[in-house]
Amino acid sequence: MVDLHLTADVASPGERAAVDAAIGPDGAVVVHESERSIVAGRTRRQSRRHWLLPALHALQAEAGWISPGGLNHVADRLQIPPAEVFGVASFYGLFRTDDPGHTGSVTHVCVDPACEIAGASDLADELERAGSAVQRGPCLGQCERAPARFVQGRGEPDHVPADDAVPFRLPRPGQPHRRLTARLGVVDPTSLDSYREHGGYGALTTAIAMGPDAVIEAVTAAGLWGRGGAAFPTGVKWRAVAAQPGPDKHVVANADESEPGTFKDRLLMEHDPFALLESLTIAGLATGAERGWIYIRGEYPLATSRLRQAIDQARAVGWLGADVGASGRSFDVELRRGAGAYICGEETALFNSIEGFRGEPRNKPPYPTTSGLFGRPTVVNNPETLVNVLPIISAGPAAYRSLGTDDSPGTKLFCLSGSLRRPGLYEVPFGTTLRALLLAAGTEIDRLRAVLLGGAAGTFVGPESLDLPLTLEDARAAGATLGSGAVMPFDDRVDLAAVVTRIAEFFRHESCGQCVPCRVGTTRQHEVLLQLRPGRPLADDRRQLLDDMARVMLDASICGLGHTAAGAVRSALDLGIIGEST
Amino acid sequence: MTSTEAAVTIRIDDTDVALSAGSSILDGCRSVGVDTPTICYADNLTPVNACRVCVVELEGSRTLVPACSRPAEDGMVIRTDSERVRHSRRMVLEFLASSVDLGQADELTAWAEHYGADPGRYGADRAVVSEPVRVQDNLYIRDYDRCVLCYKCVEACGEDAQQSFAIAVSGRGFDARISTEFDVELPESACVYCGNCVAVCPTNALQFRTEFDLRAVGEWRPEDQTVTRTVCSYCGVGCNLELHVQDDHIVACTSPHDHDVTWGNLCIKGRFGWGYV
Ligand SMILES: Cc1cc2nc3c(=O)[nH]c(=O)nc-3n(C[C@H](O)[C@H](O)[C@H](O)COP(=O)(O)O)c2cc1C
Ligand code: SF4
Ligand code: SF4
Ligand code: SF4
Ligand code: FES
Ligand code: FES
Repeated sequence: MVDLHLTADVASPGERAAVDAAIGPDGAVVVHESERSIVAGRTRRQSRRHWLLPALHALQAEAGWISPGGLNHVADRLQIPPAEVFGVASFYGLFRTDDPGHTGSVTHVCVDPACEIAGASDLADELERAGSAVQRGPCLGQCERAPARFVQGRGEPDHVPADDAVPFRLPRPGQPHRRLTARLGVVDPTSLDSYREHGGYGALTTAIAMGPDAVIEAVTAAGLWGRGGAAFPTGVKWRAVAAQPGPDKHVVANADESEPGTFKDRLLMEHDPFALLESLTIAGLATGAERGWIYIRGEYPLATSRLRQAIDQARAVGWLGADVGASGRSFDVELRRGAGAYICGEETALFNSIEGFRGEPRNKPPYPTTSGLFGRPTVVNNPETLVNVLPIISAGPAAYRSLGTDDSPGTKLFCLSGSLRRPGLYEVPFGTTLRALLLAAGTEIDRLRAVLLGGAAGTFVGPESLDLPLTLEDARAAGATLGSGAVMPFDDRVDLAAVVTRIAEFFRHESCGQCVPCRVGTTRQHEVLLQLRPGRPLADDRRQLLDDMARVMLDASICGLGHTAAGAVRSALDLGIIGEST
Repeated sequence: MTSTEAAVTIRIDDTDVALSAGSSILDGCRSVGVDTPTICYADNLTPVNACRVCVVELEGSRTLVPACSRPAEDGMVIRTDSERVRHSRRMVLEFLASSVDLGQADELTAWAEHYGADPGRYGADRAVVSEPVRVQDNLYIRDYDRCVLCYKCVEACGEDAQQSFAIAVSGRGFDARISTEFDVELPESACVYCGNCVAVCPTNALQFRTEFDLRAVGEWRPEDQTVTRTVCSYCGVGCNLELHVQDDHIVACTSPHDHDVTWGNLCIKGRFGWGYV
C-alpha cells in the first residue's frame, strides 16, 4: 500500500554496517510486501519500529551525525517514513541532524548548578582552547564529582573521564541502616558469583516460593512508594497489572535519571547491577509480565555496560529466560539507551521513546497499568523503588518497617551536591532531618541561604526549614517535595538568581514542545527571569506575569514537566531569594 | 458505537447531559450549545490534545482536562466558564499570539479577544517563530510563522487520511517545527499533493498558491467569493468538491467535512486540477 519515498542519498558502507549490526536479526528480516501497510497503518506500534533508537545510536556513533544517507538506510530497513525518522532523530540531544564539520568525539560539560559552582564554565572554556568539541548542557548525573564531563565517542566508545580518575566515594560502611547501598563498593559488580556470595538472588528464590500474590501483599504491607518523584504506592501499581489477563505485559525500570542533582540510580547500577535485575525479575514474576525493559539514560556508559554484562550472566545460568530460577515461568530483560532527553523519564514519553516514536508524553488516562508499553499493561518503577523490594522480600515487611515512619517506611537515598564539602550518595532512614543530612555532607550551616529539594522539578526551602524531617508527609505539609532525592544546598557565595534562571532555562530546553502551556510557558518564564538584575526588585507586572504563567502550566499542561516547570521559580520568589522587593 | 453500550450522564455548568457511550466532554458541550474553542481538534482526525485551549474544570481532578479528548464518564461534573478555565484559555491564546502570526486565523483571534488575551505583555525581545515562507511549487505554500503546531496537517498526511507521512514534527520545545526529512523541498519529499493538510490548517500557515499570490497583490477577497458544490469528474469515486470562485476564476477547492466519501479529504486531481476547468 505504502511505498517509502526516499531521497537519493545513500549510506556509507560504515553506516550500513553499523545500523545492520544494531538492528540485529530480529529487525533485519526481509520486509514482505504484506507488512508494509501494517507498518504505515495504526498497527505499526507492534512492528519492529522499536529498533529505531538503537539504529540511530549506531549511526550517530559511526558518523557523528544522522546523515541523509544513513537516515534513508534506517528508514528502509525498518520501513518507517523518513520524515518520521527525522522527527525522532531531531528530538534527542545526543543526535545531530546537521554535519558537525569535524570527525572527533564531543565532550559534554554540565552547566547545571552543582557543576557551575565547581567551575564548569572554566572547564568548558579550557577544553575548547585545547581543541575539543564541547557542548554545554544539562546535568549529567555526576554531580558528586563536579564539574562533570561525558565524552560522546566517535571511533571510540562513549565514556566518562571521572570513571577512571575519581575513586568512588561511598557512605561509611557497616552502618546498620544501609540497606540499599550495603553491597556498593563491597561486591564485584562484574561477577554474578560475587553477587551470590553477598546474598544475591536470595530474594528471588524466596519470591518464587511465596508466589505472586504473597509478593505483592508483602510489597503493599511494607508501604513502599515510588522513588521516581510521584510517590505512588508500588503495591497498588503491581496489583493492577497482575490483575490484567495474559502474559503479554511489561515491567520497566525507569533508569533515565535526568533530574538535575540526581545520581543515585547511576551508582546503584554501576556498583550493584544484579540487584536491579533481580528486583525487576521479581516484579515480572509477581505481575505475570514476561518482558522486562531497562531504559537507561544515554550518558551512563559504565552503568550500561555493567548491566549488559549482568543480563548476559544472569541469562547464562537461568536467572533470566524461559524458566527463571526453575520457577517454570518465563521472563527476560531488554536494555534500551535514551539519547539525551529529560522528558523521556516521564513514563508515557518513555514508552513512545522505546517504541521508536518521538518522546512526547501521552495524555492520561489511560494509565500505564492498563495501556502502557506497546499498548499493553505495564509497571514502570524507578531503580531505587525496585531494589527496595529485595529487603522487603528477604526480611519481611515488618522488619522493613523497623526504620522510617508509618507513612514513609524504610530508608531513602539522597544525592548531595552543591555548597558542601562531602558531596555524594547518602542512605538514611526516613525522618532524618535536613540539618543532620546537610551536616553529614559538610555544609556550613551558618552560611546557608537555600536548599533545593528534588532537583529542578522540586522546591527551594530556606534555613528555617532545617529541622524538617525528611519524609513524604512532612515535606508535603511544608509545601515542599523530596522528588528524586536530590538535595542541593547553596551558601552566600552562590548567585541564586543565576541558579533559578538556569532552572528555567533547563525546562525551556527540555520541554518536548507538544502542548502550548509548556512549550511557550517555559520559554516566556525563562525570558522574564533573564531580565532579573541583582539587587533590583522584580516589577509587579513581571511578578504577575510569572504567576499567570505558572497557573496555566500547572493547570493545562499535558504532563508533569509542565506541571512542575514553575515550582522551583515560585518557591524562590516566595522565599525572597530572587526578585526581592527593596 | 453499539446499542448495548450504556449511555452516560454528565453535568455541564449545572445542566445534566445524556450522552451515548464513547462521547467526549466536548460532544457534551456541543450538545447543550456551550461554545468551546478548539485548535488541534477536528471531527475527522484523531485527537492529539496538544493545544489545550479546550480545557474544562472536572470536579475531583487536580488539573484541568481537555474536553476534546477526555471521554465522558457517568457522573462527571464539568465547569466550562470558571475563572480557572478562562485563565488557562486566555493564556494559551496569549502564548500563541505572542509566538506566531495569527493575522489570518480569524477564529483564533476572535477567541483571543473573547478571553482577553494580551500578547503585548511579553517583551519585544521575546522568542518568536521566524521561518522563511516555503514557496516550492505552484500548488500550495507553507508559512510556518503562522504555525501553532496543532499537528493536524501531520495527522491528515499520515495515519488519519493520506498515508503519505511526508511531514512530521521535528525538533523539540519552542524549536519544534513541522518538517519533511532534513527540510527537503516538498517536490523531493513523499508529498503527493493531495492538499489535505491545507484543508485542515487552522491558521493559514498552509495555503493555496492562488490565495497566497492574490493576497500578495491585495486581491484576496473572500467576501466576493461564491461556493459551488460539484462532484469531481476525474475518477469514479464520486468526491464532492466545493469550488470557491472569485471574479469568474476558481481560487480554491475544498471538500465538505460531512461527506461520507471524502470526510474533507481529496487527491491532487480534485484539489488542484481545477486549473483545467
Ligand atoms: C519530566 C519527568 C521526568 C521524569 N523522570 C524520571 C526519571 O528519570 N526516573 C524515574 O524513575 N521517574 C521519572 N519520572 C516519573 C515517572 O513518570 C514515573 O512516575 C516513575 O518512573 C514511576 O516509578 P516509581 O513509582 O517507582 O516512582 C519523571 C516524570 C516526569 C514528569
Ligand atoms: S507539559 Fe511540556 S513536556 Fe509535557 S507534554 Fe506538554 S510540552 Fe511536552
Ligand atoms: S499535500 Fe497531502 S501528501 Fe502532501 S504534505 Fe499535504 S497531506 Fe501530505
Ligand atoms: S501547519 Fe497548520 S495544520 Fe500544520 S501544525 Fe501548523 S497550524 Fe497546524
Ligand atoms: S552533573 Fe552537573 S549538576 Fe549534575
Ligand atoms: S482542541 Fe482540545 S487540546 Fe486542542
